[in-house]
Amino acid sequence: MQLSFKAASRKRQAATLADLPAGSEAVIDRLDLPEDLASRLMELGFIPGHPVAAARNAPGGDPRVFRVEGAEIALRRETARHILIRKN
Amino acid sequence: MSSCHGSIGTAGLAKPPQVAAPQKLVALIGPPNSGKTTLFNRLTGLRQKVANFPGVTVEHHIGRAHLPGRHNVDIIDLPGIYSLNPRSEDEQVTYDVLHGRMPGLRRPDGVILVLDSTSLQRHLPLAAAVLTLRLPTLVVLNMADELRERGGGVDTEALANQLGAPVVLISAATGEGVKSVAQFLTGGIAVPRLVELPVIQDVPACRQWAREVSRSARYTHPAPPVWTQRLDALFLHPLWGPLIFAVVVAAVFQSIFTWARPLMDAVQAAITASGEMLRAALPPGWLQSLAVDGVWSGVGAVVVFLPQILLLFLFISVLEDSGYLARAALIADRTMARVGLQGKSFIPLLSAYACAVPAIMATRTIENRRDRIATILIAPFMTCSARLPVYTLIIAAFIPERPFLGPFLGTRAAALLGLYLLGFLAAIATAKILKSSILKSERAPFVLELPPYRMPTLSSVGLRLLDRALAFLKRAGTVILGISILLWILASVPPADGQPPPIQHSLAGTLGRAIEPLIEPLGFNWKIGIGLITSLAAREVIVGTLGTIYGMDPDHNSAGLQQALQKELTFGGAVALLVFFAFAMQCMSTLAVVRRETGSWKWPAIQFLYMGALAYASAWAVHRLLG
Repeated sequence: MQLSFKAASRKRQAATLADLPAGSEAVIDRLDLPEDLASRLMELGFIPGHPVAAARNAPGGDPRVFRVEGAEIALRRETARHILIRKN
Repeated sequence: MSSCHGSIGTAGLAKPPQVAAPQKLVALIGPPNSGKTTLFNRLTGLRQKVANFPGVTVEHHIGRAHLPGRHNVDIIDLPGIYSLNPRSEDEQVTYDVLHGRMPGLRRPDGVILVLDSTSLQRHLPLAAAVLTLRLPTLVVLNMADELRERGGGVDTEALANQLGAPVVLISAATGEGVKSVAQFLTGGIAVPRLVELPVIQDVPACRQWAREVSRSARYTHPAPPVWTQRLDALFLHPLWGPLIFAVVVAAVFQSIFTWARPLMDAVQAAITASGEMLRAALPPGWLQSLAVDGVWSGVGAVVVFLPQILLLFLFISVLEDSGYLARAALIADRTMARVGLQGKSFIPLLSAYACAVPAIMATRTIENRRDRIATILIAPFMTCSARLPVYTLIIAAFIPERPFLGPFLGTRAAALLGLYLLGFLAAIATAKILKSSILKSERAPFVLELPPYRMPTLSSVGLRLLDRALAFLKRAGTVILGISILLWILASVPPADGQPPPIQHSLAGTLGRAIEPLIEPLGFNWKIGIGLITSLAAREVIVGTLGTIYGMDPDHNSAGLQQALQKELTFGGAVALLVFFAFAMQCMSTLAVVRRETGSWKWPAIQFLYMGALAYASAWAVHRLLG
């Protein structure tokens, strides 16, 4: 799964939430995460097709803070790397 | 769109029909930070009790709301949840309570669902899940004032029509609209009308539904909170953020020593004066000795520390209520990740500075069981408020007050800060060992919602302080009182010529001398030994015990506890005692709660032995070094 994900991202050059520059917006495409974590993130507002914005980083650059549906949620880069985004 | 209930077209009424009987037991549920507890405090005032359900992990508050028309409703404050899928333990508890599966508690007759009106759309799926239960439900949209200020709005009538349940818009913080909640409770809440609800397991469908419902309720999103943005720019600044955190912590410690001092002196003076009055009022004899030397000096020695403990809780409450603690967890995540834990462990660890018992219960939010057990095992290393009386007593007796870091930090505060640091380092090192051996696991994800900054309300902070003060005094009135009486008896038998024996020949003295060979290498004598035995129940008991021992010892009777200690301990012995208390697991309540949370005696036994061995070895080393 890890491999196919990497291959796919290289092929389509899919951007992830980890790369979203602070202050910019995108639309969530897919959550490439274990089901438990994915549904928890969806409950918090990380839903495919919905907008997401990168707010700011913790001192040191990790975790990062994202804004979804008016709330600010902090995620580590290692998690954000598995949330695929597309430009709106 | 999939749905689990067909739509039944009855006329939409925002008010409950007349047939509804008033509820007797109502559960208060909602997402974290929606202001449930503030509403709970508004409705119940001080009429609350902590309910402790057997076999499960949670301490809940149950309070009674006195309503007009002389009827009362019991309200249960449940943990904050995002959904009703029982995944984490918090959610399991709420799920069980709502389904009437909680042992010792009947199923609630109704639900007050508290949602944050500033993020209504995000929280509506929880409403769908709750309404599916078909319990009489009142939907409360909280933070009305904030919604208005930030330019948002909602049509409650339209929302009530969409949900099939009454909706009220209130602000629990200012009290606006709380009356209408009480009115609904008085009149009784109806079972929700059948409306079309999404299947709650289907998250995207729920979101779609939430979007449609909020659109037809004419919900306008509030603008992002400006102040939160500005404060975060400062508090999460790469340089200023960590620096501010350090300053805040140092200020807390300095004020514990300087601000609490006059209050503590006043309490001390009151206890001494009332003790003398008691002595004068009672005829000389065993009763006078028990009341004054046993009870009064034992309990009084501990009660003196109430101002310090309240001051510590004041700081923790303000930091927590303002929203700063979540930022602190964010800042701490990188450091915590380095020892194999995550930022979420930081919040229980920080509240362990107040008391390990609620801290261990707060670990329920950590989903990964191994992370959770590691956090539980290291939490008692954090310097809890029960260590504070021991630390301040010994520091004040052995360390002279001088400026240490200019006018900001004195030597005593620095020594105290050092002890807090020592506990923290022991916790971190232990975490590292545990996470790289018996509790090794994949790195758990870190997901944390950052609530907007809010001004802590006087009533919420005040109620919490009152709660803590009562809990502290209750302990002083039960555990410490009991041990003081027991100790007085042990110190008074066997009588010699009808008189109490000299303390070293009493039963307590015999016990102390029996363990003296064991503790002598640490620089402690048999009197300290008696204190170590009694402090197995709770750390602060040693202060009361020493108070009783010196109260009964004619040589020390007039001298204060500090002067008495200066004769008993060398400097090295005093530091060894501090280190011993920093590491040792002397708290029955903590061991009991660890047993309850982990489900076996295995972890509390490991914890007790590990912490005891570390305390003994470190105290021995310190005493060897300092002599």
